[in-house]
Amino acid sequence: MTLSPLQSLFPNIDDWGELGRACIDTLLMLGGSLTLTVLIGLPLGVLLYLTGKGQLRAMPRLYGSISLLVNVLRSVPFIILMIVLMPVTYALVGTKLGVRGAIPPLVIGAAPFFARLVETALREVQKGVIEAAQAMGASTWQIVRHVLLPEARAGIAAGITVTAIALVGYTAMGGAIGSGGLGDLAYRYGYLSYESDYMVVTVALLVVLVQLLQMLGDRIVARYKRH
Amino acid sequence: MPVIRFLDVHKSYRVDGKDIPALQPFSLDIVDGEVFGIIGHSGAGKSTLIRLINLLERPSGGSILIGDTEMTALPEPALRAQRRRIGMIFQHFNLLTSQTVADNVAFPLRLAGERDATKIRARVAELLARVGLDEHAGKYPSQLSGGQKQRVGIARALANRPEILLCDEATSALDPQTTASVLDLLAAINRELKLTIVLITHEMDVVRRICDRVAVLDAGRIVESGTVADVFLHPRHATTRRFVAEALPEEASTAQVPAAAGRVLRLTFRGATTLQPVLSRVMREHGVDFNLLAGRIDRIKDLPYGQLTLTLDGARSDAALAALRQAGIEIEEVAA
Repeated sequence: MTLSPLQSLFPNIDDWGELGRACIDTLLMLGGSLTLTVLIGLPLGVLLYLTGKGQLRAMPRLYGSISLLVNVLRSVPFIILMIVLMPVTYALVGTKLGVRGAIPPLVIGAAPFFARLVETALREVQKGVIEAAQAMGASTWQIVRHVLLPEARAGIAAGITVTAIALVGYTAMGGAIGSGGLGDLAYRYGYLSYESDYMVVTVALLVVLVQLLQMLGDRIVARYKRH
Repeated sequence: MPVIRFLDVHKSYRVDGKDIPALQPFSLDIVDGEVFGIIGHSGAGKSTLIRLINLLERPSGGSILIGDTEMTALPEPALRAQRRRIGMIFQHFNLLTSQTVADNVAFPLRLAGERDATKIRARVAELLARVGLDEHAGKYPSQLSGGQKQRVGIARALANRPEILLCDEATSALDPQTTASVLDLLAAINRELKLTIVLITHEMDVVRRICDRVAVLDAGRIVESGTVADVFLHPRHATTRRFVAEALPEEASTAQVPAAAGRVLRLTFRGATTLQPVLSRVMREHGVDFNLLAGRIDRIKDLPYGQLTLTLDGARSDAALAALRQAGIEIEEVAA
């Protein structure tokens, strides 16, 4: 019996289809959680910005409460957040396992982080431009929609990139408690069964994924920054 | 008829629980169609004052009327509608960096609820032609010079056909040549669109070139106001004198007047007399010699003026001065 080059390099990997499915699971978890993170984190970031001290709708107590919540969620290590949130996850999606079970904790872990990045990006928008819009009779909503978000789009795109990469890391951690994906393979085969070729391949795939995300993000940011 | 009326308006800021006064109580009328200048050093309160007009700053007390509308009583939506009728341009232009020139100019139209793309395009083209930027519609602000950016600012401010244009140090970030062209554009807009312009500046030269009337602001107080010609030619307050001296550096001091010169007089000619040989005729008729110490002939907006500092010598100098006064020349003794 002759061994193919792949088989001789990675003797323990007998089911490349399983690896492919894990890849897809990771991408599904990433795509789903990133979408929801942006959908929740962006308004949350705008709210943090608007209610902050000296801003358009300064509300110190509301800002303080949201800020505290964001800080609490950000200070819990993700693996612990996942375990703590299991009942919530079950209530939301009917399972604690797999891609579906991974998404709620991923979003709850990443949205506050992303919201902070959005808040920071919005603070970079020149106050004068906001004042000009006010002088033109713009409402707060119009300022958010037509001034703040477009002017901060490079910063927000950079924030999405950083968040996506953080989420890749989180999905891999999720593998340890049954969420599937590349992290799950690396943990089960690479760590528990000492099949280090699995570890090498999954790590390489994760590196490639992170590289691609960073390159894509940098491109978008550069395009937005051109003007 | 006043288009903007301040009545007993004052403004203070609360900093660390203490009220810091920014503007002492003042009343001021700005009339329809004029260019009104507010001059002051930084920190004098002029940025606050101009922002009271569109209520970007709320007064601590008093009444602000635009036409018949009491601005301080307007609820939020009505205030936004009112603001659309007051254009504003800024020292640092404050354009949307992510939008093209055309989109920046279209922005206030869209904010006002205009949805018709054809109408927007037509209005933007008209405005860009007005400010001489037709060829730059597709560019981004970062591709423009300072003067061009301010022209975009002006086009944007005019988009909703305002009755009032507020200029917040509109030329302070520009070089002298660009300043002159932007001021010319503002003067033309004032003339052709019958728009009332209120501008704040720290440069007397800006006031001299385009303003009809001026108020001098010093430490939150209006210390002097009147027509630009009166204030410029006969400044009373020390701050005003300093501003005038900055605009006329060669006349900044009378140190060059010799101590033994006798009567030192300043003659001010305004309007048509500036262009006639009144001085030489009167002096010849009265047999008086004069020695010119300093002088300047220039324009205040459209008004030609001359201001000469001289000493007189001759028995009939009083009669000569009376004849000069008769001819409409203003005469002051300068303390030597």
